[in-house]
Amino acid sequence: MIEWLERQLPKIVLAPSFFAVLVFVYGFIVWTGWVSLTRSRLLPKYDIVGTIQYDRLFVSPRWDTAMFNLAVFGALFIIISMLLGLLLAILLDQRIRTEGVIRTIYLYPMALSMIVTGTAWKWILNPGLGIEAMVKGWGFENFSFRWLVDPDMAIYTVVIAGVWQASGFVMALFLAGLRSVDEEIIKAAQIDGIPTWRIYSAIIIPSMAPIFLSAFIVLAHLAIKAFDLVIALTGGGPGYSTDLPATYMYAMAFSRGDIGQAAASAMVMMLVVFAIVVPYLYSELRAKND
Amino acid sequence: MPHRQNRLGRIALRWGLYILLGLFALYYLMPLFVMVTTSLKSLEEIRTGSLVALPRDVTFEPWRTAWAHACTGIQCEGLRPYFWNSVMLAVPAVAISTLLGAINGYVVAQWRFKGANIIFSLMLFGCFIPFQVVLLPMARVLGMLGLAGSISGLVFVHVIYGIGFTTLFFRNYYVNIPVELVKAAKVDGAGFFRIFWAIFLPLSLPIIVVTVIWQFTQIWNDFLFGVSFSQAGTQPITVALNNIVNSTTGVKEYNVDMAAAIIAALPTLLVYVVAGKYFIRGLTAGSVKG
Repeated sequence: MIEWLERQLPKIVLAPSFFAVLVFVYGFIVWTGWVSLTRSRLLPKYDIVGTIQYDRLFVSPRWDTAMFNLAVFGALFIIISMLLGLLLAILLDQRIRTEGVIRTIYLYPMALSMIVTGTAWKWILNPGLGIEAMVKGWGFENFSFRWLVDPDMAIYTVVIAGVWQASGFVMALFLAGLRSVDEEIIKAAQIDGIPTWRIYSAIIIPSMAPIFLSAFIVLAHLAIKAFDLVIALTGGGPGYSTDLPATYMYAMAFSRGDIGQAAASAMVMMLVVFAIVVPYLYSELRAKND
Repeated sequence: MPHRQNRLGRIALRWGLYILLGLFALYYLMPLFVMVTTSLKSLEEIRTGSLVALPRDVTFEPWRTAWAHACTGIQCEGLRPYFWNSVMLAVPAVAISTLLGAINGYVVAQWRFKGANIIFSLMLFGCFIPFQVVLLPMARVLGMLGLAGSISGLVFVHVIYGIGFTTLFFRNYYVNIPVELVKAAKVDGAGFFRIFWAIFLPLSLPIIVVTVIWQFTQIWNDFLFGVSFSQAGTQPITVALNNIVNSTTGVKEYNVDMAAAIIAALPTLLVYVVAGKYFIRGLTAGSVKG
């Protein structure tokens, strides 16, 4: 008996965590999916009535704005962070003597809470006393920079703050990638007299494809989950012009008392994440089993 | 002569490189600089001076206010109680999730049984879900467990959704330890826990540091769980900071907002400055699996 227990010990140890994940991740997804098919309002109901919540969601102009914002914010945030991160990594890869210090400076925003980042940029971008006032103070009386309070432009301030926070991290990823490229190939190319920019564009960068993919996954993931940043920077406003799916879901769940809508929007968010992450994880796990 | 020109050109390029790197460093440091200087100015000086000017009369009053008197809604006790809430939340949550991750990783990497890989994949997958999809059922479960609005409830939530990452960290570390070690120890009559305590834990210091830093940063900076599952009095510091900044009563005190933001950021910044190497390792391990 004791011997049997001893042999089962690894399973027994892993079991609580596994069941916790089973219930609190997968069970909860099922619960949310179920509720998204009901008429739940302030309290959950469990009679399935079909896709009524999704119908409401897809005709809601606020949700439309949120999805559009996610596309704009996500695309710009990912592209700019990647380009900036790659540029910084290449610049830092040129045997810079103070590399350690500079890297520390580029990466520290990643240690901050998005609430702190949002608070800082909200102050810097506020038209009354921030950058606009500063440039005006320099004598450019006609200078105007009011993105934070302009419904058409406010979403770009979220991009500015997001890129500031995450680009250093992309730099760190790319720098690690640049360092892992085979030195011999680079030396051979240098001996052949191939110019440095060609070495980067034709040899080094193409060999970093997996890192581009990783960076993309992480950034896409950050973009879809970006909730704190919008709350702290714009509060979703002006109006709901900077709403993201995450803030929409939160508003429905905790201030509007519309649980059905909250559940439906959460399910759509999850599907978007899965559409990006599942192929990635699948290929990762398959590559390892081969 | 062309040789010398070439050298001059190279020096110019070098200078250009350093200037570019320096400009980017300024870009990343600017918000921190503005936060610190703003927090040391009086409101009068903020209104009349420039955003980037150094304070003329340094005052620590905003810091005192942010720490002990600033209003988060109706209460005006500053950030102090919420700072301790976050400490009381982060310490047990980090400790428990790290410990569970260590033992789980040990099982998954060294005691492979049938289905262990599937269990690990399922746990890993849980890291990627947008947490919006578990907010509603979790709020109900916390209520049923009598943990609604309590710090213990938040500890519970952070442990559950931290296990995936901590298990991943330890698994990837232990997977590189040869299986022969466990086999030899078994021959010598050592059991499951003895091998863990006597052989694996002593080897684990680097990965423990990486995991603790990762979890601490995640939990300290969390806003979504904090704002969803806490109530007046049990809020973590990120939620309190957001409430201070967005409280609509009285005069807008930008200097207090900035002091509060720095106070909320200090613990993770400190960790980053002291143990940046491990912080980066956690970041890259969290994104590049394998």
